[in-house]
Amino acid sequence: MRSLRWRLFWVALATVFAVAALVPRNTTQRVLDQKSGRMKDTTVRRVPISLGLDLQGGIHLALEVDQSRGPVPDAAEAIRRAERVVRTRIDQFGTTEPVVQVVGGNRLIVELPGEKDPDRAKRVIQQTAFLEFRITDMQSKFRDAIPAIDRALRAAGVQAPGNAPVSAVSQLFGADTAKQKQPGAKRKQQPDTAGLNAPGPLSSLLYQGALPGEYLVPVEQVPVAESLLARPEVQRLVPRGIELRWGTEDISRGARSFQTLYAVEDRPIITGDELEKATARRDQLTNQSVVDFVLSRRGGRTFERETGRHVNDYMAIILDGRVQRQPPIIKSQIGQRGQIELGAKALQEAQDLALVLRAGALPAPLTIVEERTIGPSLGRDSIADGIRAGIVGVALVVLIMVIYYRLSGALAVAALTFYVLLTLGGLAAFGFTLTLPGLAGLVLSVGIAVDANVLIFERIREELQHGKLIRTAVDEGFKHAMSAIIDSNVSTALTAAILYLVGTGPVQGFAITLIIGIIASMFTAVFLVRTFYMIWLQRRPDMATLSV
Amino acid sequence: MIRLFANANYDFIKWRRWAIGLTLAFIVPGYALFFVRGLNYSIEFTGGTLIQVTTVQPVGTGKIRSALDAAGVRDAEIQQFGASNEYVVRARLGAGGVTAQGSTQATAQAVDSALAHGLGADQYRILRTEAVGPKVGRELQGKAFLAIFFSFIVTLIYLAIRFEWRFGLAAVLATFHDILSTIAFIHYLNLEVSLVVVGAVLTMVGYSLNDTIIIFDRVRENLRKFRRQNLYEILNLSINETLPRSVLTHGTTMATTLALVFLAGEVLRPFALVMTFAIFTGTFSSVYIAAPILMYIEKRWPGQDARGARQFRPGAASVSPAPGAPPRAPQPQAMRQ
Repeated sequence: MRSLRWRLFWVALATVFAVAALVPRNTTQRVLDQKSGRMKDTTVRRVPISLGLDLQGGIHLALEVDQSRGPVPDAAEAIRRAERVVRTRIDQFGTTEPVVQVVGGNRLIVELPGEKDPDRAKRVIQQTAFLEFRITDMQSKFRDAIPAIDRALRAAGVQAPGNAPVSAVSQLFGADTAKQKQPGAKRKQQPDTAGLNAPGPLSSLLYQGALPGEYLVPVEQVPVAESLLARPEVQRLVPRGIELRWGTEDISRGARSFQTLYAVEDRPIITGDELEKATARRDQLTNQSVVDFVLSRRGGRTFERETGRHVNDYMAIILDGRVQRQPPIIKSQIGQRGQIELGAKALQEAQDLALVLRAGALPAPLTIVEERTIGPSLGRDSIADGIRAGIVGVALVVLIMVIYYRLSGALAVAALTFYVLLTLGGLAAFGFTLTLPGLAGLVLSVGIAVDANVLIFERIREELQHGKLIRTAVDEGFKHAMSAIIDSNVSTALTAAILYLVGTGPVQGFAITLIIGIIASMFTAVFLVRTFYMIWLQRRPDMATLSV
Repeated sequence: MIRLFANANYDFIKWRRWAIGLTLAFIVPGYALFFVRGLNYSIEFTGGTLIQVTTVQPVGTGKIRSALDAAGVRDAEIQQFGASNEYVVRARLGAGGVTAQGSTQATAQAVDSALAHGLGADQYRILRTEAVGPKVGRELQGKAFLAIFFSFIVTLIYLAIRFEWRFGLAAVLATFHDILSTIAFIHYLNLEVSLVVVGAVLTMVGYSLNDTIIIFDRVRENLRKFRRQNLYEILNLSINETLPRSVLTHGTTMATTLALVFLAGEVLRPFALVMTFAIFTGTFSSVYIAAPILMYIEKRWPGQDARGARQFRPGAASVSPAPGAPPRAPQPQAMRQ
């Protein structure tokens, strides 16, 4: 009795786990906003099983460093740089949940679900990275121009979005920045927020950031701000010598998150061409994360001159037109060698910044070694066909089991529904992707999953034939079938594991489905069916014949 | 209650020579076919370009061929794929023609523009393109070979631990037979050997071993139970005892693979066909290959089996007939039946 309770407990636990893994949940996705044509974060509610490209449609690209025009010294490092660059461009793909990863140390895999135009995707990826250093708008020229821009926008008939809530938030936010001012930091001029957040069309969207030339835009209003800034009347009024560049990072203040927008000088003080080396380290004395960089001789001279003129100014590091991290302050004149201090930040962040610098200094030419494009209609057809085949296949298995083993067969079929639930739950819980071969593996594994039950039932029949009592026959049947079940399942799991290790993409999906299926089938076919039998025999202790 | 093959008592082992002759008659011509044509490798392995298109009207492969020829895209293979208005164009690397010059992606574009020219831009739609460089294909070939090799090694080790090396060797040889006959099967039907089909072959390795293990597990048990009988009888007994299970499990698995063959679409069909054949050959080899091989191995290298359960050779110490037991036919004679 006690053991039955424990069994039911385990069954309930596994069921809860599987159901919890499969319940539709809210996930944040970056999706294309149809109105503005920009990427934005949205929350969607969906079953957390992701579909492979072959089911969803999309583009799969494998890239390597192009060595055809002369060897590239460190290809592994070059591919990491390329990965970093492609990541900064990730929004340009315009697809939800793109995958960018380095495989095997020398190959970059880019997967773009739902993307239809391979040429555009390839252009985005293969574009040469461009790095530049620019001084931010220290005189707040852009801020001074905002009232004029607002007027121009109003004249053009652009209304400010709702006034009251914005001003409330701006007050809250103003207090927030005030608290942030660090006493030790030297600032040429303290930004005051008075001029901003006036209820103009543009000013109501912008909040003064922590340093001159830095502005914050609420993430949900970024598309609006972008479309306003792109208007010709605004472009005309942006002060001469100033350009606007978006930052890469989102900053959260309280419950809201903001994207950074920088007003920077239109002329770079130096570009990636002049950069020779960038490495990250942890300073032993100060325990700070530091990026050391070395410039070319010519670059060093330019940099010395420029930094001499801009001591205590902020220098934006811009890769492919996007400002990376918060611009550091120039503390003193810098020559050929310099360092960027990241304070108490983790070394990993310094390493990332060093990678950004190297990516801009030594662009890695990429060549496409594999390209697959799957149209969305093909993916939809594949899912429909796979599900139809699955339903027919499973129905046949159910029919065979119930006709041949009657009530025991029905128990096995009941266990089979748990099996499918657990397998799908396992796929969801570990974040595996369901591919077309995976779907086939799932269907196939249903046929194989009942094998354990067949073994057990046949054994029980044999024991009954030898004149054993029902209870003994069931016990012996399970006991004797066990070694065969374990041996056969382990050997199948081993081959599946090898397939996973050496396979790629869809085949790995197949192997994973098979492995999870084997584990789930061991649980349902042996443990769960045994539990069913225990309940059954307990309810009917005087049973004369077993329906097997 | 339905019972199939209950208390069956067929002399399976008697037919071993016939079975081996039959399987050779299947495998050898399959390999002789290599003199005529090679395996139909997918472009994943060879490198090259694949384009699947659907046309508004069923235009026939001839029309597509002439469209490609007109644009100078030669040596491409054109095939109807599933529905009557779906076609697959393949251009393998190394086949000469256009692929030799440009990259595989350039070929994809050339095919696209050739179709736009020959059929009209609104008359077709591209469903899928694949362009694989030569390096990736070569790597994949190596990986597929490694996968099969390692799966053998690992299962051999596992079986040696769980059973005994004689059993393990017999099981692996039977599985090797399955791979040989599956390749012959693929060759007969000229199925496309893609990575997924290699996956099917590997799954078959697992499945076939599984099947052999079920029978050997029974052999192991019966060797302990019936110390008097010789291996020939015990093998037959074990196969007969597990026969209902074999029939049932193959029935359920076959039901799922046949559903995949007929309903799961063109992309999965080679995989499903190979799996269906694999289930058939896996069962066949467990009975007619693995068991006789175990017998031959035992004859060649007699010794303790299944962790010292008994010894086979009469008079080889440890187990001897109990006094007064009926005399038993010497084993070599029984094997010669």
